[in-house]
Amino acid sequence: MTEAVFAHRVQFAFTVMFHYLFPILTMGLGSFLALLATLHLWTGQERYAVAARFWTRIFVVSFALGVVTGIPLEFEFGTNWSRFASFGGGIFGQMLPLEGVYAFFLESGFIGLFLFGAGRVHRVIHWLAGLGVAFGSLLSGYFIVAADAWMQHPVGFTQDASGAIQLQSFWKVLFNPYAGWQFAHTINGALLTAAFVLAAVGAFYSLMGWHRDFARLSLRMGVIAGLVLGLTQLFPTGDMDGRNVVHYQPIKLAAMEGLFENQKGAPLAIVGMPDTQRGILLDPIYVPHMLSFLAYGDFAATVDGLNSYPRDLWPPVELTYYAYHVMVGLGTIFIAIMLLGAGLLWRGRLYNARWFLWILMLAVPFPFIANEAGWMVTEIGRQPWLVYGLMRTEAGTSLNVAAGETVFTTLGFAGIYLMLGLLFLLLTGKVIAEGPATPDATAAEAS
Amino acid sequence: MNIAWFWLLSGMLTAYAILDGYDLGVGMLHLWVARSNPERRTCLAAIGPVWNGNEVWLIAAGGMLVVSFPRVYAAGFSGFYLALMLVLWLLIARGVAIEFRGQIVHPLWHTFWDVSFALASLLLAFLLGVALGNVLRGLPVAADGNFQGTFALLLNPYALLTGMLSVVVLAWHGANYLRAKTEGDVQGRARRTAARLGWAVLVLVALVTLVTALGGYADHFMQRPLAWLFPLATLLALGMGLRSGSGDITAFRASSLLILGLMGSAAATVFPALLRSTVDARFSLTVYNAASSPYALRTSFIANVVGMLGVALYSFYVHRTFRGKVRGGEGHY
Repeated sequence: MTEAVFAHRVQFAFTVMFHYLFPILTMGLGSFLALLATLHLWTGQERYAVAARFWTRIFVVSFALGVVTGIPLEFEFGTNWSRFASFGGGIFGQMLPLEGVYAFFLESGFIGLFLFGAGRVHRVIHWLAGLGVAFGSLLSGYFIVAADAWMQHPVGFTQDASGAIQLQSFWKVLFNPYAGWQFAHTINGALLTAAFVLAAVGAFYSLMGWHRDFARLSLRMGVIAGLVLGLTQLFPTGDMDGRNVVHYQPIKLAAMEGLFENQKGAPLAIVGMPDTQRGILLDPIYVPHMLSFLAYGDFAATVDGLNSYPRDLWPPVELTYYAYHVMVGLGTIFIAIMLLGAGLLWRGRLYNARWFLWILMLAVPFPFIANEAGWMVTEIGRQPWLVYGLMRTEAGTSLNVAAGETVFTTLGFAGIYLMLGLLFLLLTGKVIAEGPATPDATAAEAS
Repeated sequence: MNIAWFWLLSGMLTAYAILDGYDLGVGMLHLWVARSNPERRTCLAAIGPVWNGNEVWLIAAGGMLVVSFPRVYAAGFSGFYLALMLVLWLLIARGVAIEFRGQIVHPLWHTFWDVSFALASLLLAFLLGVALGNVLRGLPVAADGNFQGTFALLLNPYALLTGMLSVVVLAWHGANYLRAKTEGDVQGRARRTAARLGWAVLVLVALVTLVTALGGYADHFMQRPLAWLFPLATLLALGMGLRSGSGDITAFRASSLLILGLMGSAAATVFPALLRSTVDARFSLTVYNAASSPYALRTSFIANVVGMLGVALYSFYVHRTFRGKVRGGEGHY
């Protein structure tokens, strides 16, 4: 890998990972907003409107950052990966303007209506705008996942003798078999994160003794949703998304699991350190036969190890392995936390169990980390391919952009994003400090 | 289909220039036309509900360029690498400035974001004009369809001139928008500013037209009778906008029409090329040699046109919902 290829990869990885922190929150919170707006319309209880207004204020800050950090990514396909854009633009590119046109407009348009429209439009229209925000953010996510799924498992194209590819079926690209469960797993992850954020803010207020009703509503919603979503994150969405990998990308599976030799009745490594020099997993703790069962539903099935494949087709094993284990390990801990929370809620002790409220409050960064780790598995595990089996990563870069230029702008992004990250913390911190009692942002400013 | 795509993209960019153009114009002018915090908030409230939806026309156009003319997208974006990164950073600064200004109530916080907003808007308008100028003038596209856009190359005198034109036109457009959307002192200052800017627009439009014609950039244009509708629209718009005593809304319509005329003229000037090569005309990336397959063009055209009709309807609805004058204290700015 040349210096320039590495620089392009680092730039894309950094900008996309920073960007994704915000869509996790907006895709997750969007659905909770729609839920709260619906509860308000249905029951007419003011507390749901108060909660919806509070979370909208967080949503808006996150949404603004998601928008501004998302635009660079669309540019980077052309600026950094121009040979990839030339090669596959007519195919994976089908998804990008659709994201812009349908989903993005739904979302960015309705958020304006939802924010500014209260009182100016009919309350049913206002509620529909809330649903539109949630629906738009999900649709937006789908188009992006479908574009990514095409890079994981390219479908719906024909290739001529020169190697050039052409779109053969738009619908096959849109409904790529890889995309369905990948999308479900991605959205489930975002919703789970939002549930943790709800619970964390509720826990913070409870610990401080502030906004008692709002805190309890948030804790209750966060813990119940968190338990359900924690379980669905694992099964069926995680399991089925994993089956995609088993079917279409067996090398990625071997790297994720740190499996070097072909094995009948392969064990699942809970911990361990892959040593790619010697081709072994150091200090492993295994669950016997479990990997064969998870991959194929059969404890005796044979799973191919990395050594069955030439080394130049291996993804970076360590990164893929650790990212995968971080994701799964955190996912397991999330279920444990939420089970505990649900138990306490059942016994009526949740609101006063200070030790547990501390856990909930401090748990909030980890769902973000788990989401990012999951995407690292997906994308690093896809290497050395840019488009699986079709185009290698080093063949997709812009030849007319030098490594130094990319390094320079990456440093620029790092500085700008550091500032944006601080701004995000400052502003969400301020919203949380002001609390839900403030009727809305307008009143806060009028003071 | 290739030609239809060309005009769809031109239409998208024109819509972007008209819609986000007034946001940029408001950004450039608000330090002058709005002096106090309530006045500045009025300016922001005038664009608050719509700026985000307006910017999406640019993003959607970018996405459409990928799918319709991937080679143009690839060559143009990689060739303009550093310049585009600058545009990205400015778009970030502009968006953040609008959204985060009102989050904390403090004069220093406000001043910081007001100046960021103004500078980012000014530079964006300028750079977008420079980019358009370079597309008109042609770029050193080599046989492999790529070029390397150094700053010295991009900042040539012609592009600097179109950059200035862009700044002045969008500032005028923004002033006209504020005339239509505000009242009182802000409106009065916007009127006076617009009157002065109108004449600057006239001078620059004449100058750019002259240089474009003399530079031989418009040779294709001269042979297309239909294309003359665009300069005609420009003339009409100038007449409408500069006539003293014309109403505020008429003035805004005039500057919108002016942008339509200018963008249409630019598109008719370069057609059928999207990136003209200054090295050899055969290397130019045109709607024929840079396009996706016919099937890809057809499906994405249908999908996007249907979507854009919805978007246009929606945009109309939002503009109607928030029509009329804005008053201080609205929104969260």
